[in-house]
Amino acid sequence: MHIVVCVKQVPDTKIIKINPKTNTLDRRSAPAILNPYDAHAVQEAVKIKKELGKGTISVLSMGPPQATAVIKKSIEIGADRGFLISDRAFAGADTLATSYALSKALGRISKEMPVDLIMCGKHAIDGDTGQVGPGIARRLDIPPVTNVIEVSELNESENKVLLKRKIMNGYELIQAQIPCLLTVEKDINSIEYAPMSNMIKAARYEPVIWSVNDLEDVDRTQLGLKGSPTIVGKMFTPPKPEGGKRLEGTPEEQVKQLMGLLSDKKELFLSQ
Amino acid sequence: MEEYRGVWVFIEQNDTKIEGVSLELLGAGRKLADKLEVPLSGVLIGCKIKELSQEVISYGADQVYVVDHEVMKDYRTESYMKAVINLAEKYKPEIFLYGATSNGKDLASAVATDLSTGLTADTTMLDVELEKRLLEASRPAFGGNIMATILCKKHRPQMATVRPKVMKALEPDSSRQGKVIEEPIMLKEEEMRTKVLKIVKDVTKKVNLADAHVVVSGGKGMGDVQNFQLIHELAETIGATVGGTRDVVEAGWLPHEQQVGQTGETITPKIYFAIGISGAIQHVVGMKNSEFIVAINKDPDAPIFDVATYGIVGDAMEIVPKLIEEFKEICKKGGEETNV
Ligand SMILES: Cc1cc2nc3c(=O)[nH]c(=O)nc-3n(C[C@H](O)[C@H](O)[C@H](O)COP(=O)(O)OP(=O)(O)OC[C@H]3O[C@@H](n4cnc5c(N)ncnc54)[C@H](O)[C@@H]3O)c2cc1C
Ligand SMILES: Nc1ncnc2c1ncn2[C@@H]1O[C@H](COP(=O)(O)O)[C@@H](O)[C@H]1O
Repeated sequence: MHIVVCVKQVPDTKIIKINPKTNTLDRRSAPAILNPYDAHAVQEAVKIKKELGKGTISVLSMGPPQATAVIKKSIEIGADRGFLISDRAFAGADTLATSYALSKALGRISKEMPVDLIMCGKHAIDGDTGQVGPGIARRLDIPPVTNVIEVSELNESENKVLLKRKIMNGYELIQAQIPCLLTVEKDINSIEYAPMSNMIKAARYEPVIWSVNDLEDVDRTQLGLKGSPTIVGKMFTPPKPEGGKRLEGTPEEQVKQLMGLLSDKKELFLSQ
Repeated sequence: MEEYRGVWVFIEQNDTKIEGVSLELLGAGRKLADKLEVPLSGVLIGCKIKELSQEVISYGADQVYVVDHEVMKDYRTESYMKAVINLAEKYKPEIFLYGATSNGKDLASAVATDLSTGLTADTTMLDVELEKRLLEASRPAFGGNIMATILCKKHRPQMATVRPKVMKALEPDSSRQGKVIEEPIMLKEEEMRTKVLKIVKDVTKKVNLADAHVVVSGGKGMGDVQNFQLIHELAETIGATVGGTRDVVEAGWLPHEQQVGQTGETITPKIYFAIGISGAIQHVVGMKNSEFIVAINKDPDAPIFDVATYGIVGDAMEIVPKLIEEFKEICKKGGEETNV
């Protein structure tokens, strides 16, 4: 079983703070991290490999040279090897151009070792689109299954995998043929503490770095900014709504006023 | 590009019931179609769903493309995608909208790849620029209380997924007339590489933010998980559902299904309490259409006050206990009245 996990480096939005006075991003404290959903995808791959007793886990990322950090982090979680595609030609890619570039890299990886399972995060926390996973699946013509919360059973000899996919108010039990692409939710597992040996391996690990010239059959017009059909037209602060009234007075007075304002809505309370 | 005309909405149905977001999109799509002077069409896919066409028309569509087939019984990317791509290649819409639900996003992502066109995710505002017939799809931008308008200038159709509950559905008019166009599809179950074996509905789920009339949400301003109990207490007193910001969820004070905002639920309750919440745009897009919003924050400049119907500047630790006391009074009285 060869599993490839696509991992992205993102700014840590938990730590990034927005200054409410200026409405701007406070970048000073924004370290780059492995997209949390992708960390769960790597962890799930590790779990699958453990259960099968064999297999190879590769991780693939597209980004600037610093993105090797998220590959090292993936090695720490338990991936075996990592590839980074990094080139000016990839810069400024929207989701369509990203899935194109990643699918070309996957093409090269699978030439050396056929790929059975591709895993992605449900979405990357910097843009929240969740469009890259299904995009890659289409380009490779394999079925995508999004929002996976459990890999219930993997039958290698029959090339079938049984999955739980989260839907509104519940889940679907899905059987998919291998090869396929999964995007995972956070609930799929919890990240385990990495053994020391992984840490040592990660510290020393040097990922394979490919430029656009290392990939085959690439149509450069489909890469980066050029290959991105969407552009940011303008940025604006949303029109401010009427703006609320402020209540005045001591806390007691304000609470009393509010109770008065809510008095015609009494039937809503304890009615549910 | 000139051959592409018309506004389309993907009509998501589950168990032959149309999702609310699809009806909302018909309302939004109607406005765009009127501006562009083109028809509005619904795309309805499923098994034994043809009868739903009239409902689609009554909510604003001029025509409905229907793909009714056994294979389409449950949503699957591979089958639905084929149907949608066939239609889009044949009839060439200029704008194509989908609800930003799991299935809508999944479908739109696959379709955009095959049609090699642009797709904007999680849109909260839609408009068109008439001269170039450009869809202006706006969404909260990463970093800052700021919106970004995404354009797709050179490719058609222009596609976007749109957050549930931010657009308004029209009043249904059952006398509206429209055309129903049935499209055959050549697909066999044996060709499918995925199968939905069963659908399990979780009926035990207690928290249903989306349907709650009253929501009490707390933010990082509550300080710690102990103080956050005040939020639960207030909610319990008035029979409300508890929500929170992403920061609160990340801190582990609430599970993710209780997160309100861009990466959580979008809700429109009758009353929304925002307590110790700064009002970042990613939170605000999830609650700003609530009917009556009460904000409690100690910072008079907090952006949450801009969307609140009424704001109290003060310390939540002081205000909330007082509120609980007051509500205990009226809820008790209310209770006695109904008992009589
Ligand atoms: C891509 C992306 C997606 C996101 N999605 C979401 C989302 O879906 N939902 C979401 O909520 N956020 C989301 N966020 C995060 C969002 O930008 C904000 O960081 C978050 O909403 C802030 O949470 P908060 O208001 O609880 O905390 P803070 O911003 O820290 O605000 C705390 C507030 O409490 C007030 N306060 C402090 N003490 C008291 C007191 N004693 N009494 C009263 N008030 C007090 C402070 O004045 C302050 O205004 C997202 C961010 C990104 C980048
Ligand atoms: N630059 C990238 N490199 C590697 N994987 C990526 C990249 N961008 C997106 N992905 C994968 O696609 C998923 C969804 O990303 P997105 O569509 O941007 O929300 C992520 O969780 C990753 O698994």
